[in-house]
This record gives sequence, structure tokens and C-alpha cells, in this order.
Amino acid sequence: MPISDAPQTQSQRRPPLLEFNDVNTYYGELHVLKGVNYRVGDGEIVCLLGGNASGKSTTMKTILGIVRPKSGVVTYAGKPIDRLPTAERVRRGIAPVPEARRLFPRMTVLENLEMGAFTRTDTDEIEADKERVFGLFPRVKERLTQLAGTLSGGEQQMVAMGRALMARPKLLCMDEPSMGLSPAFVEQVFDIIQAINKQGTSIFMVEQNANMALSIADYGYVLQTGEVVLQGSAQSLRDNEMVQQAYLGEMKAQ
Amino acid sequence: MESWEILLQQVINGVSLGAMYALLALGFTMVYGIIELINFAHFNIFMVGSFIAMWVMQLMGFTGQSHVLYGLPLTAMLVFVLCVTMVATGVLGALIERFGLRALRGVSGTAPMITTIGLSYILFNVILLGAGADTKNYSNPMPNIRWEFGDAVLHLRELILWGVSLVLMLALHYFVRRTKMGKAMQATAQDQEAARMVGVDVDRVVIITFFIGSALAGAAGVIFGLYYNYTNFGIGYTAGLRAFTAAVLGGIGNIPGAMLGGVLIGLIESLGGQYLAVRWTDVIIFSILVLVLVFRPTGLLGRASPTKS
Ligand SMILES: Nc1ncnc2c1ncn2[C@@H]1O[C@H](COP(=O)(O)OP(=O)(O)OP(=O)(O)O)[C@@H](O)[C@H]1O
Ligand SMILES: [Mg+2]
Repeated sequence: MPISDAPQTQSQRRPPLLEFNDVNTYYGELHVLKGVNYRVGDGEIVCLLGGNASGKSTTMKTILGIVRPKSGVVTYAGKPIDRLPTAERVRRGIAPVPEARRLFPRMTVLENLEMGAFTRTDTDEIEADKERVFGLFPRVKERLTQLAGTLSGGEQQMVAMGRALMARPKLLCMDEPSMGLSPAFVEQVFDIIQAINKQGTSIFMVEQNANMALSIADYGYVLQTGEVVLQGSAQSLRDNEMVQQAYLGEMKAQ
Repeated sequence: MESWEILLQQVINGVSLGAMYALLALGFTMVYGIIELINFAHFNIFMVGSFIAMWVMQLMGFTGQSHVLYGLPLTAMLVFVLCVTMVATGVLGALIERFGLRALRGVSGTAPMITTIGLSYILFNVILLGAGADTKNYSNPMPNIRWEFGDAVLHLRELILWGVSLVLMLALHYFVRRTKMGKAMQATAQDQEAARMVGVDVDRVVIITFFIGSALAGAAGVIFGLYYNYTNFGIGYTAGLRAFTAAVLGGIGNIPGAMLGGVLIGLIESLGGQYLAVRWTDVIIFSILVLVLVFRPTGLLGRASPTKS
């Protein structure tokens, strides 16, 4: 039975930018998302926690339209988007930082950033956004002519985030941004995510690093084998015993 | 003939063949680079192209070598015939993609490739039934201007054909490297899902790739007709297989590789025919195909398979 402290916290939340209503997603026969409901308020950071194979990446792919739900509705900015091709969703302001970064390996860093702005035609604004990305990630500016496939994992993560920002998204969907990064750099990444959010971008983030994620998030969901088993404000999740046991093990030990 | 004259003559012949194979190899390699499909219909798109150009020239009143043009009229006429043919074969390729192959995209195994063989047969038989099995004498308005180097001869038409190939290849290079659609093609070849996620319309990229590859095959068909002065419903197989070998030799999926492979195969064909025997040409070329596949499957310049980095 899904446990929820929804009534009071939900009502205090911002108006929704993204909503899932009873979404079911399959890969062939495999039922991965089982009637899930999410809501990302305008301007919020929402994090999605869950064990391996629980359907977190599938959630992200469902938002982008890489996979289509069999039933249920995904609403973005007040309109259902289930029928829209991925390109149109990107045009409307959804940008992903996918699992394992997925840069274009034989393009340079600069070309990768420019691909991020693929759906845009406002040349001057694109240049301005490049500068904004360089401001957030000075390292990226030093590597512009290097082929993306030869970057270190941490550098690839910066470029992947930069590429997503080049779309000037309203909603940034990040799949495990801290994966494979050193602890010091993880902290830096989360600071940057917060900065991006302050500049007005809503963030839906999958994370295994629950401690960090909940420290910057407004709201969170816990997914277990395709079902949302728990949701609430970040604070309430941090206090929740089940979350502490399953995802915040190291906090308990302190 | 002195031995250097023979060599020079065969190099001239080889480059001419190579220019044609390179254009044809580009279509194989581009489609493979984007969706990892060997498109055997490409063989006969090339063949259809040579017929379309011949018909266009006949409609304009050129049959056989009846009229010879010079200067601007010749240029204008060749550009016109090339454009019409390339658009026609490009549209043919796009239709094949849209109605013959799109539904099979993402189907694993050999089904899509077998389908391209079937589509290739359809084109083959349409021309066979429509135009007959006899060899057609090709329309050719190019004057017989020639330069002699000892006993080796370079014809004006060879220079023209080299020029046409070069211009088309440079245009393709510019398109792929510099334009937005070209970048979208590169991105799709490198990581299709990531391309989708930055907003690339992959269906559009694929159909445009078929269009461009098929248009280049049409240009190769024109070159074939003008070079050999004939066409026939069966020309797709020999030239197609050689161009396919060229694509594999250069590294399938790799655009500069297809150009290099094309010229090498052309040279091997003409030099092998001279110094060994013409009947050995196919043996040599297919031995190269097998040897490359066994010992260096990535080809000379490396295969551009869509890697998940
Ligand atoms: N393209 C696919 N085809 C078939 N099954 C898939 C596909 N992608 C994912 N799955 C399956 O769907 C289930 C959920 O996968 P998903 O990638 O959403 O998990 P996840 O929560 O992101 O896990 P992780 O934390 O390991 O990244 C898994 O059992 C996985 O094997
Ligand atoms: Mg995942």
C-alpha cells in the first residue's frame, strides 16, 4: 500500500509543470512503471529515489518520449504530451541529462554543446547561453576542441549538463548526475544543480545518492519495482525510517 | 606503348572508375553509418539513374552521339541532366525508405536487409519489363577532345567526370560538416538515442540520408553511361558490388573512407586488368573484400559504428 503524507504538503506545492497520472510503461511484456503518479512543481527540485531496476531511468525515458506509456497521461505545462515526438518535447523545454551522459563521442566539446541548442534558432541567445555554461563550468571552456569521447567521466558529466542547458530548458531531467564522480566533485555538481534551479529551471532528478539529493530537493518520491511506495517533502523523507534504512544507511551510522 | 605510358593510361582509367565507385560507395556508407543497414536496393537505384538520365537526354533530342555540344551549352546540359537524375533517384530512395523500410526500423536480424534485396529486384524487373533486356546505346553530347601523353590518352569527358565527382564529394563534405542537418546526421550516427534527446528528428535524418545517398547513386549512373556509352538493366550488380567493396575497404560508415575505397578499387580494377588479366579483376576485388573482412573489419579509415561511449 503506498504510504503518503501527501494531503498537507501537496497543497503547499507550486503549480505543476510536469505530472504523471496513473502511467503504465512496458518493454514488450515487461511491466516497468505500474500506475505511477508524479508531480514536479514549477521551479521545484524533485528527486526520485529507488533501487536498481525499479524504473527510474524508464521514468526519464517516458518523460522524453523515448518510450511511450501504454496507459495513463503525462502532462507538461498544462498539456498532455504523450503523443508528441521527442523533438517536440525538447522544443517545448524539456531537456535530459541522460544516464551515462551519452555525449556524441566523435564530436568536439563545442559541437556537443551546440547540439544541445539543436532545436533553437535564436543565434544571439545561444551565444549568451554558451557563456552561461562556461560560467557554471569553467573546465568546459578549456576543453572546447577536445573530442568528447576522450574526456574524463567528470568532464563528460559537466559537458552533458552544459549540453542540456544549451536547450534553455524549463525542465531538466537528470538521471544519476553523481554517478561515478568523486565525493568532492559530487558536492560541486549538486551546488551547480541548485544554482541552475535558482536561475529558474525546474529539476526532476534520479539519484542513488539520497543524502545529497534530499539535501537540495523540495520534494521526493521513492520507487520500488515500478510503484511509488513513498512520497513527501524532502525533509519528511529524510526523517522517514524506511528511507533512512534503505537509502540513508550512512547517515544512521553517524 | 612504353611501360610508363601503359601505367599512366591505366591510372587515368582507374581514377575514372574510382570516381564513379566512390559516389556509389557513399550511399552504402551513409545509410550504414546512420542505421546499420546494408541497402542492396542501392545497386539498382544506380542502374535506374543511368536510365533516367538517358531518357532525359533523349527527350531533349540527344540520341546516341547525334549532337555534340561545347562550352556553356554543354555545361548547362550536363548540370541539368545531373540535377534531374539526382532529384529523381533521390526521391526514389526516399520513397523506398519511407514505404519499404521504415516499418522495419528497429527490427533486429536480417529482415530489413533481405527487404532491400527484394526492393532491388523490383527495380531490376521494372526496368527489364519497361525498357527491355537489350543494351542501350547511351546519349552523349561530349566532344571527343583528347590530350596525348606519349601513347596515353586523357579525354575531355574523363576530366568532366572527375570534376563532377569532386564537386559532389566536396558538397557532401561541406553539408555533413557544416550544416545543421549534417550535424544531425553525425549525431544520429554516433548515438541515435542521444540525438533524439537533443531534439533531432531521427526519421527525418534517415530519409534525408537515403535521399542524398540515392542522389549520388544517380550521379554515378549518369557517369557510368557517359563513360561507357551504354547502359543496361544489369549494370547494378557489378558496379554495385565493387562500390560495396570500396565502402567496406574504406571502413563502412566512414564517408572519407568510401571516397578513398572507391578510388582504390577503381585503380585495382584497371591496373589488375592490365597487369594480370581482366578475367581476374573480380577475383582480386572480392579477395580484397574477404581479406578486409577477416583481417581488418574496420577498414582502412575505421568503421564509424554508433558507439555508446
Ligand atoms: N530497452 C529495454 N528493453 C527491455 N527492458 C528494459 C529496457 N530498458 C530497461 N529495461 C528493464 O526495465 C527495468 C527498469 O529499468 P530502468 O533502467 O528503468 O531501471 P533503473 O531504476 O534506472 O535502474 P538503475 O538504478 O540500475 O539505473 C529493468 O528490469 C530493465 O532491465
Ligand atoms: Mg537507471
